[in-house]
Amino acid sequence: MKILVPVKRVIDYNVKPRVKADGTGVDLANVKMSMNPFDEIAVEEAIRLKEKGAATEIVAVSIGVAKAQETLRTALAMGADRAILVQTDDEVEPLGVAKILAKIVEEEGPGLVILGKQAIDDDSNQTGQMLAALLGWPQGTFASKVEVSGDTVDVTREVDGGLETVKLNTPAIITTDLRLNEPRYASLPNIMKAKSKPLATKTPADYGVDIAPRLETLKVGEPPKRSAGIKVADVDELVAKLKALGVAA
Amino acid sequence: MTKTLVWVEHDNVSVKDATLSAVTAASKLGEVHLLVAGKGVDGAAAEAAKIAGVGKVHVADDAAFEHALAENVAPLIVELLGSHDAFIAPATTHGKNIAPRVAALLDVAQISDILSVESEDTFTRPIYAGNAIATVRSKDAKKVITVRGTAFEKAAREGGSGVVEAVASTGDKGISSFVGAEIAKLERPELTSAKVIVSGGRALKDAETFEATIFPLADKIGAAVGASRAAVDAGYAPNDYQVGQTGKIVAPEVYIAVGISGAIQHLAGMKDSKTIIAINKDEDAPIFQVADIGIVGDLFKIVPELTEKL
Ligand SMILES: Cc1cc2nc3c(=O)[nH]c(=O)nc-3n(C[C@H](O)[C@H](O)[C@H](O)COP(=O)(O)OP(=O)(O)OC[C@H]3O[C@@H](n4cnc5c(N)ncnc54)[C@H](O)[C@@H]3O)c2cc1C
Ligand SMILES: Cc1cc2nc3c(=O)[nH]c(=O)nc-3n(C[C@H](O)[C@H](O)[C@H](O)COP(=O)(O)OP(=O)(O)OC[C@H]3O[C@@H](n4cnc5c(N)ncnc54)[C@H](O)[C@@H]3O)c2cc1C
Repeated sequence: MKILVPVKRVIDYNVKPRVKADGTGVDLANVKMSMNPFDEIAVEEAIRLKEKGAATEIVAVSIGVAKAQETLRTALAMGADRAILVQTDDEVEPLGVAKILAKIVEEEGPGLVILGKQAIDDDSNQTGQMLAALLGWPQGTFASKVEVSGDTVDVTREVDGGLETVKLNTPAIITTDLRLNEPRYASLPNIMKAKSKPLATKTPADYGVDIAPRLETLKVGEPPKRSAGIKVADVDELVAKLKALGVAA
Repeated sequence: MTKTLVWVEHDNVSVKDATLSAVTAASKLGEVHLLVAGKGVDGAAAEAAKIAGVGKVHVADDAAFEHALAENVAPLIVELLGSHDAFIAPATTHGKNIAPRVAALLDVAQISDILSVESEDTFTRPIYAGNAIATVRSKDAKKVITVRGTAFEKAAREGGSGVVEAVASTGDKGISSFVGAEIAKLERPELTSAKVIVSGGRALKDAETFEATIFPLADKIGAAVGASRAAVDAGYAPNDYQVGQTGKIVAPEVYIAVGISGAIQHLAGMKDSKTIIAINKDEDAPIFQVADIGIVGDLFKIVPELTEKL
């Protein structure tokens, strides 16, 4: 079974994003970029399935600027076998990303596509579900455990009240939650090896799908600011403040 | 006028609060219809019909919808959207699972986690863990939207007289099935609707210490319990306690952060709380930059004393 893992290049999670003064977006010039953390978890899960013998090949895909190659090289260094970059300088919305991915799925025929549950830049939480809809496949979103057996996969999902397990026919879509696994670091030898793994470069036009944006961003602004308040010296003072707020036994 | 179908979050018997914020968001667009999907949902349907301002309540009662599997529910919603202009779901795990599947089947973009309705096609939504707010206009004829519960008032549970109407099942697609669930029994208020929350972080050491320290304080003041990701990852608290960018978004009257440093991913989930109180031994912890009231010191001394004195 082949596994497809879409990975997105995003602002590093340690960086505090700054809104551009002209209100057109977030300033990404000279900002550290990394693989979306949920996608690292997706790559890791694919590798573990391969190590267990449940998968034979892992293909990483990214849709984005030329530099998204770095993100793909990271996936290759972790253990993906080859990569596809669909290169574009345009912003592609989740529906567009899902349409391109659906075409790649048609070509590659994977048994699983493992995506992140959300990208930490746009926080859309859409792409996996949309891809599942376009393919008519089942979806196991927000996964904290994945077990492949024969032609089904059991996915334990993090839901509002706790955990829920669903059984999906394969091929299927999985999106990762935080506690699915702890992604490995790529070792230096593997980083070197990754440089010679195959990376194909395509363009959205190669897939002939309509990725024109449906949403227009009119403005990107700052959220309301909070400022630091006061510090109290001891618990008695804190108790008084809490009582004033109506919090008490 | 826009006719919106709202996903009703329920447990068969009663309607969850998250629905009420979604109803308010939908009412800003125009007429509000509801969808109650599940098995044996008479109780929830009757409650839904009473929500202030609702028109029709579509009820799809079938085993295929019992666990709200997106594979089965999305085609039902798509069918109903033949006669509606928009679909709105609360940004719960059900809403987030189902809505994008509906959007893609309709070939429209989804607007996730909206904070406000600016006009019938323009909305604001948080991006970058809430560090920026985008105003977006949708060019699609039909709109698919999820709603951030904390951003909208709850519609009143009484006063409406919706007309309940059964809708035909679109059946079981047969590609997925429900195996089981481990749903924690709630002994305390639900996080997303609680007035007061006590949250614990990595400083709580282990599950026993977390319980022994945080629970008595929470119980004394009738608060819900939350946790940072670090605390959940380390197994001190279950996953559904996590507050943050990738956990639950909360905005209680009072949020008490205990031994939580205040990483941006955590702040993203609680910085809209009315009053934030921080207990941390490090006076430079970032949480103090957003806290209205802070106390610097050892939580293992402060929390028991506080619990005692409140
Ligand atoms: C301020 C701002 C303004 C923007 N304005 C516009 C605009 O006007 N028009 C426009 O078209 N776009 C715009 N974009 C960009 C566009 O919205 C996002 O790139 C797109 O929405 C993807 O959303 P997401 O990554 O949050 O998806 P999610 O659904 O959260 O992503 C989930 C998963 O899908 C996969 N995935 C997502 N994207 C990719 C990818 N590119 N390659 C590989 N895998 C992927 C990953 O596995 C990821 O974990 C804007 C972005 C910003 C920050
Ligand atoms: C993709 C991604 C998503 C994430 N999503 C979330 C999310 O949704 N929610 C979330 O919370 N985090 C999230 N995180 C993690 C986040 O970055 C932080 O790692 C996490 O919030 C830290 O938790 P903490 O504050 O409990 O732990 P720490 O940062 O370790 O802070 C512990 C604090 O306790 C204090 N302390 C220690 N001992 C005592 C004592 N005896 N008395 C008083 N104070 C004490 C310390 O001074 C410190 O400030 C995410 C990270 C990533 C990469």
